[in-house]
Amino acid sequence: MYGLKLDYCAIDVPDKYYTTSDYEKGTARWCPGCGDHSVLSAVQRLCQEKQLPPEKTVFVSGIGCSSRFPHYMKTYGFHGLHGRAFPVAEGVKFRRPDLDVFVVTGDGDCCSIGAGHWIHAIRYNLNITVLLFDNQIYGMTKKQTSPTSPIGTLSNTHPHGSVLPPINPIQTTLGVSNVSFVAQTADWMPGHLYATIKAAHEHQGFSFVKVMMRCPKFMQEQAKALVADREHITMLTHENGIQVDEATAALFMHKQDHDPTNIGKAREYSEDPNMYYLGLYYQDKTAPRYDLYGAHNLGFTAAQKLEAINAELDRFAV
Amino acid sequence: MASPDLRVEPASTKVSRTILREHIVEIVSDSGEGAQKAGQSFGSVCAKMGNGVWTVEIIPADIQPPPRTKESVSGIRIRLGAGKITNMGDEADIVVAFNEIAPYARIEQDAYKKGTKMLIESMWANHSDPSVQQSYARAVEDYKARGFVVYEVPMEEECLKIVPDAKRGKNMWVLGLLTQLYNRSLEIAEEQVRMTFRKKSQSVIDINLKLLHGGYEWAGQNLDFLYDIPAVESGQDLVVMNGNEALSLGVLASGIEVCSMYPITPATSASHHLAECFEKAGGLVHQAEDEIAAIGFAIGCSYAGRPAVTITSGPGIALKTEFMGLAGMAEVPLVIIDVQRGGPSTGLPTKVEQSDLLAVLYGQPGDTTKIVLAPSSIEECFQFVVLARQIAEAFRTPVIILSDANLATGVQPFTRPKPKAEWLAPPVDLSPWKKDIRPYEWDEQTGLSKRPVPGQEGGMFTLTGLNHSEEGRVSYLGTVNQHGAKMRSRKLAAFGRTLKPPQVHGDESGDLLLVGWGSTRGAIEEAVDRARETGASVSSLHLHFLNPMEPGLKEIFARFKKVMTVEINYSDDWNDPLITRENRRYAQLAWVLRAQTLTDVDCFSNVLGQPLRPRQIFEMIQEELNLKNN
Ligand SMILES: Cc1ncc(C[n+]2csc(CCOP(=O)(O)OP(=O)(O)O)c2C)c(N)n1
Ligand code: SF4
Ligand SMILES: [Mg+2]
Repeated sequence: MYGLKLDYCAIDVPDKYYTTSDYEKGTARWCPGCGDHSVLSAVQRLCQEKQLPPEKTVFVSGIGCSSRFPHYMKTYGFHGLHGRAFPVAEGVKFRRPDLDVFVVTGDGDCCSIGAGHWIHAIRYNLNITVLLFDNQIYGMTKKQTSPTSPIGTLSNTHPHGSVLPPINPIQTTLGVSNVSFVAQTADWMPGHLYATIKAAHEHQGFSFVKVMMRCPKFMQEQAKALVADREHITMLTHENGIQVDEATAALFMHKQDHDPTNIGKAREYSEDPNMYYLGLYYQDKTAPRYDLYGAHNLGFTAAQKLEAINAELDRFAV
Repeated sequence: MASPDLRVEPASTKVSRTILREHIVEIVSDSGEGAQKAGQSFGSVCAKMGNGVWTVEIIPADIQPPPRTKESVSGIRIRLGAGKITNMGDEADIVVAFNEIAPYARIEQDAYKKGTKMLIESMWANHSDPSVQQSYARAVEDYKARGFVVYEVPMEEECLKIVPDAKRGKNMWVLGLLTQLYNRSLEIAEEQVRMTFRKKSQSVIDINLKLLHGGYEWAGQNLDFLYDIPAVESGQDLVVMNGNEALSLGVLASGIEVCSMYPITPATSASHHLAECFEKAGGLVHQAEDEIAAIGFAIGCSYAGRPAVTITSGPGIALKTEFMGLAGMAEVPLVIIDVQRGGPSTGLPTKVEQSDLLAVLYGQPGDTTKIVLAPSSIEECFQFVVLARQIAEAFRTPVIILSDANLATGVQPFTRPKPKAEWLAPPVDLSPWKKDIRPYEWDEQTGLSKRPVPGQEGGMFTLTGLNHSEEGRVSYLGTVNQHGAKMRSRKLAAFGRTLKPPQVHGDESGDLLLVGWGSTRGAIEEAVDRARETGASVSSLHLHFLNPMEPGLKEIFARFKKVMTVEINYSDDWNDPLITRENRRYAQLAWVLRAQTLTDVDCFSNVLGQPLRPRQIFEMIQEELNLKNN
């Protein structure tokens, strides 16, 4: 009965009720088995469950396989430049508090070419939801080393193995002042993935979610190993953390209670060389938000503006 | 109001006044001595009386230079005239110097000529430090030897009769001196002093009024030369400001709500001013982490229906190129302001140059369509922002405004603009999007299309920098790419159709046509007028639209025996070694005009870091025309 507006129906039916198909556009062109597909489903589900009006929802991305994401959403989208999703998303949100803004970015997009913007985006702390699709490789341009590639990764730019230790995006994000939400999840755990994206979206601030991502095309070995490896994955649990259903919880061999206000512990977990922690590392609901600053003097009428301009001109009058 | 005991009788003067058409005065001091405040006040007094005025500040080269050095010179040049003044002119007629070193910094820049009168603070002659005394005596002798006419003025001594510490009041005493020297209204000068110190206590105002009167009387009784420059009060309300202030007021008047920038000289002061004004007009300055982020942010704002501007200078333009391409490709309206400085690289940050033209026209990889405007006066700095915002929205395109350090720092009065509600950007349109209109539904005739803005129901599309169809969908088809490129190009042609052929300054045909763009207009036209008075067959033409250009140029050029551009950017000299007709590098507009009009356009240009002076251009005209007569 949703979607119908019946004259004789006494109960209040919302004007619009969106089904998942209201958020779906075209056929996603990622490789079969690519982790990007799972995130797309999770995000579409979130939109549907939260009934986000598609016209008020904007997906901003950079360039890469992952950054194709907005093309598959029937919302507004901005598929911009490699590495530059953050500034654009900030501009979209700055004076449009009514818009729900998401950023989709890849590990090269965010942690290499866009690294400067990433650091500042964390500090600006605008209310946007950020999904870092970390497949540890450059997918789009065909297997070059990414800043998050584990040392020794065989790639087209390092055929004998990459030589530097990777950037750890969680650690880096936790190191920036005014950080307000940091979580990690994995594309192959749909329950956890969904719960994490949902928590991120609910957070009022810059919600940074690193999604561990499979790229079966270029990182097949690693992808397989990751999915099979339950030994080195721990779920962070807490009453203020990310809540998952029992079936999802049962997938984890290890669980660790972690208070997401404890940034010291959060950093410790992020730096553990032997363990991936999934869940909410850190949340600060009180961090100053740049989008609130951006919206603080909105809505001046033409008359008010003209008055201000004329007053300013008076200052230059001779 | 001044207390009665401050009133003075108009000082009796010893000499009769020489009537002038115009004059150039400089006040030079160590930074912090208030020379600029005195000069600005004097400029305002002149403007109020109806004189044409151009003032430009002389800024110290270093941040904390030691006092009494050439590096520490801070000051101001005021050019005032009976008619309109459009540029800073040639050499100064009068210099007021607070110490004997300061003028040397200006001599290096050829700011003075034989016969320039120098009014030098004489206190250094009796300074406790003998080396200062010597320095003073040497300088005075040297100035005389150079042909300057030196007047030793006891500024400190006179001020001390009025205030216990003369250090901070000398500038108002000098304002009084100039008020007398040029027969300005003492009442208007008093009003100006009250204005300047309006936030200070009454006693501060009174002291400064006394200093003003002190200088006024002293000059009347001691100077053996006095002037008058007749002025016609226009009866119109005037404002007086520099080009950056005009740009930022233009931003306000255009309804642009966001200025996204990264600090860079000489553009930054525009955003300082905006940051202050926006609080009351409803807008914000976003100081981004770099210029790339600054333009990306502005594009994000504009995409979301909030018009935005990004302001920068050459190095910033270099960083913005990729996003400029995106704005062109995805058709996002955007105003980009480039206040040019000396380049390439970090170049001459505070100096005047017009070297970004080609970079802006052709600097973005791929074929990036955009509209480029160049204001030629302070007033146009204001007007062109209002215009640019409207063009950007109507043509769904980036619009670039090319200003420069000359306009940024030059101060000129102009008729007070009357801002209108229709100049302001309308509020974001949140009405539902008409279902069947595609996000790039290009009109075949004009290339124009309407864009949906987030919030508009039914208008959802994904903007992309990839080649896209009218539906906004990514396409790898060559035919779709060709069509998109054609439509974006057609917008420029359609915009070009709205432009009128430029007006020729001087006769419609003749021996020589000078073509300029941007801040050089005043100097070029003044030189042309002077040359025409001597019978030279020379005219000039000034371009305000550089992409697309104003129509009819080829036809206008054909009416002149020779066409040459006058610009402040680099060109090889004909006489330089290794330079031939084929390898000569022309000034930037000359390149474009040669290509566009197939006319053999020559050029006169340099990168000396200074605004062009009328005399330089005048001499060039004479040389050109004489050469031809030989
Ligand atoms: C300025 C610029 N440099 C380089 C590229 C080429 N490029 C496109 S995507 C990409 C890397 C993408 O890697 P990542 O961000 O990890 O995304 P993925 O494809 O792995 O999802 C590169 C280098 C570009 N589009 N623009
Ligand atoms: S290359 Fe990798 S990241 Fe790109 S679509 Fe294929 S699997 Fe996904
Ligand atoms: Mg990647």
